[in-house]
Amino acid sequence: MEIRVLYFAAAREAVGVGDETVEVPDGLDVAALMRLLAERHPGAGRVLGRCRLAVDRALANPSDPVPAGAEVALIPPVSGGSA
Amino acid sequence: MSDEPLSLDAAIASVRGPGAGAIATFVGLVRDRTRGRRVVELEYEAFGPMALAQMESIAGECESRWPGARVAIHHRVGLLRVGETAVSIAAAAPHRAEAFAACRHAIERLKEEVAIWKRERFEDGAEWVGLGP
Repeated sequence: MEIRVLYFAAAREAVGVGDETVEVPDGLDVAALMRLLAERHPGAGRVLGRCRLAVDRALANPSDPVPAGAEVALIPPVSGGSA
Repeated sequence: MSDEPLSLDAAIASVRGPGAGAIATFVGLVRDRTRGRRVVELEYEAFGPMALAQMESIAGECESRWPGARVAIHHRVGLLRVGETAVSIAAAAPHRAEAFAACRHAIERLKEEVAIWKRERFEDGAEWVGLGP
């Protein structure tokens, strides 16, 4: 199945692209997708390892399924606000 | 969310109403020093649709936890100079205790989970905040 992957902030810089479409095995969960993305971008391992994954714009847990056609986003540690 | 300067008055106006006896506000600014280094400017990047949904959800959380509360959260994105406002929050409630509590809750939750990232630019380089050394 195909999914769309979005990279933000430090993850985008580490990977070198803002988004990509990736062919992945059906029935993948979030943890397996994270491993797959880390293998795909070996130079970005340190940053990707600090990221959480959002599936269709909601933060996901490692055991959550990744549906076909999903839009997933790599979410580095956030720092909204200030002070 | 906006890439233009924020107006605290706009946030206050959007929560003002006949049931409000108090409005507490929080304004987060770009500071000139962090961890001993001088900051030249800050860049905020957001995953817009997700961050907006999260900010709406946090406002809703405050409004259900403190009955009668109304909360507005405005966040700036893009390049900000020292002294500029990065975030404005206004929390209205029937009484001051709930207004302060809702305002505090909103900023703490915002910093915990909203999909907005900050890059500090120093005189000698830049780094994304939150990744550690």
